[in-house]
Amino acid sequence: MTRSFAPDRSILKMALSHRSLVIGFLLTAFFVLLALLSLVWTPFDPTKLSIATKLKGPSFDHWFGTDHFGRDMFSMIMVGARVSIAVAFVAVGIGIGLGVPLGLYAAARRGSLTDEIIMRGNDLVFAFPALLLAIMITAVFGPGAINAIIAIGIFNIPVFARLARGAALSLWTRDFVLAARVSGKGKARISIEHILPNIANLLIVQGTIQFSLAILAEAALAYVGLGAQPPLPSWGRMLADAQTLISLAPHMALFPGFAIIITVLGLNLMGDGLRDLYDPKLRRGRG
Amino acid sequence: MTNNPIAAVAASILALGLTLGVTPAMAAKMDVTIGMQLEPPNLDPTGGAAAAIDEVVYANVFEGLTRFGADGSILPALAHSWEISEDGLTYTFKLHQGVKFHDGSDFDAEDVKFSLDRARADESTNAQKALFADIASVEVVDPATVKVTLSKPNGSFLFNMAWGDAVIVAPETAADNAAKPVGTGPFVFAEWVKGDRVDLTRNPDYWGDAVKLDHVTFKFISDPTAAFAAMMAGDIDAYPAFPAPENLVQFEADSRFLVINGSSEGETILAMNNKKPPLDNILVRQAIAHAIDRQAIIDGAMFGYGTPIGTHFAPHNPAYVDLTAQSAHDPEQSRALLAEAGVSDLTLSLKLPPPSYARRGGEIVAAQLREVGINVDITNVEWAQWLEDVFKAKNFDLTIVSHTEPMDIGIYARDDYYFQYGDPEFKAIMADLDKATDPAKRTELMQAAQKKIADDYVNAYLFQLARAGVINAKLKGIWPNSPTQANDMTGVYWEE
Repeated sequence: MTRSFAPDRSILKMALSHRSLVIGFLLTAFFVLLALLSLVWTPFDPTKLSIATKLKGPSFDHWFGTDHFGRDMFSMIMVGARVSIAVAFVAVGIGIGLGVPLGLYAAARRGSLTDEIIMRGNDLVFAFPALLLAIMITAVFGPGAINAIIAIGIFNIPVFARLARGAALSLWTRDFVLAARVSGKGKARISIEHILPNIANLLIVQGTIQFSLAILAEAALAYVGLGAQPPLPSWGRMLADAQTLISLAPHMALFPGFAIIITVLGLNLMGDGLRDLYDPKLRRGRG
Repeated sequence: MTNNPIAAVAASILALGLTLGVTPAMAAKMDVTIGMQLEPPNLDPTGGAAAAIDEVVYANVFEGLTRFGADGSILPALAHSWEISEDGLTYTFKLHQGVKFHDGSDFDAEDVKFSLDRARADESTNAQKALFADIASVEVVDPATVKVTLSKPNGSFLFNMAWGDAVIVAPETAADNAAKPVGTGPFVFAEWVKGDRVDLTRNPDYWGDAVKLDHVTFKFISDPTAAFAAMMAGDIDAYPAFPAPENLVQFEADSRFLVINGSSEGETILAMNNKKPPLDNILVRQAIAHAIDRQAIIDGAMFGYGTPIGTHFAPHNPAYVDLTAQSAHDPEQSRALLAEAGVSDLTLSLKLPPPSYARRGGEIVAAQLREVGINVDITNVEWAQWLEDVFKAKNFDLTIVSHTEPMDIGIYARDDYYFQYGDPEFKAIMADLDKATDPAKRTELMQAAQKKIADDYVNAYLFQLARAGVINAKLKGIWPNSPTQANDMTGVYWEE
């Protein structure tokens, strides 16, 4: 019944021949590696100021130039990648961790009052503009990376709850679920053992896309000063710092801007590719 | 005819053409738009501390008995002359006659008595009540003469009366000045579009020298990028305190603009909460002072615009003492002082209001303090939050703010002021200063006060804020320096 996750050779082959998936994966992997590398090594200390060498363009020493305090932009982008990825990872984790169980529970009790309450509650959160919600949370509890994570995490919950419920509903009518029920398994057990593994691929695809949205949201919050606080570098705040200096030092805006674009593009390409790969209909179409 | 749509359109085009045709040819420009970073919370200079209030209404809408000149000197205003008694206790002001408030009512000695009594009353909300503390009584001698008796001699009384907080208001309109200011000045308040601008128009009945402008608009553009664009596009004619010094470099290269690099009364300080451990320990404060590299902050945050200061006093004042060497950048000494104080693993909060001197300066200060082993938690706050949290509730360790009031070293004598100094010895110096009228003695006392707060390392004194601004090269008469918080438009005109 349940599909094995170890990609068999045909899927691997198909994945490798899927161009946007490969490009997306490489771009994403690049930034993840950059972020991991920043844990042990950066060319310069990203918090070390050096006023004498401020606003220098890209050079052999400073690959991406220096900012208005003379900090090395490349080191800041590396650490910024870590911050972005960590925030997005935990935020999407919150979304999956809370949204999927809610969705599965609602699907298991479809049509009941609990189902209604859960899903209408989700609609409520979903209807609220995500960034506004995030600004509200950080404004109330104070700016900072942790509150940014919570804020972004909350608006990920309904996305996953809806997806899980919708996909689970169609599975509940299937014969293998019926067989499981006949064999005496409870609803919770069926949800975990039979439903969840069958919707996992959908969740992974959605997770990838939410990941890129979370990175954008983190950058937006940091841009308005509600994300990670200085001296921790953050792509959004680097853009905000660059704003008044854009005509003097355009590299200050270009590099963090590109970092955001490339990461989000990579994640989206990867998400699209994964969807193609997992969706049997699309797969046949490509035949 | 009216049924024919084409004819109707043609008629309206014709009408439009006529309208355009009768518009007079552009005469000399009679209006000015001034850019400001902060919008005033209200427009009553006698009821609020915000600098932005005075920057709109001082000398334009409201006048006091005396006023500041462009060079910081004290000039007569509504009082054309005064006599000071031998003992220095009685000031007899002779007032201008025929002066009218903007609502048409007459200005006379009763208004002076009302304004001064109102400002010094117990229930007064005046932000600078100390200016009026020495007034014992105000008497109306005749409609054009007012006699002020002091409880003790005060050498800076005429200076005090020049402040925006000491302007003369009318009893009938005083309560509404916050939203609809009525003064005696050369400009009349016209409109306040919240979040956008305040419009002033020429006062046709002005008692003094006629001004050369018909309209003045104060436009509030807090975002430096938008301010830069507005200036470049000619939407604003002057931005006397430009918020982004990095853009001044570009204005300097453009012949359409003139960059004014004046000095202001803004002592920019890293304020410390003197009553909160471990900052109640002078060694810790001294360590923080020595950890700071002022030049790096001026270069990094202000792009070189600013003068290092070693005490809370404006360097352009003749009584200024340069005490920067006493708290020179010395990380070694700073670490030694922290060890001597027995403080390790110190983490301090640093709350930063929006201006770039604070936000950027704060990042540099935090990095410099980290160098000597002090961890700093930066929190960026909005002004309202800063006033509530830092200024009122004193819930902070460190903050960066520029004190832009003129000659405001007296704030160190206040017990409940936000950095909580209020040292008795310092208060004694200030009390002596208030009594002294002899200039040499006053200078001596002012210098003693400067040294006292530097010796006690009350705050870390960073730099004197430059009043670096940009004005259209054809616009003349804007104050180059900022002896008080003001945008005096009375002498401003367009060069033909």
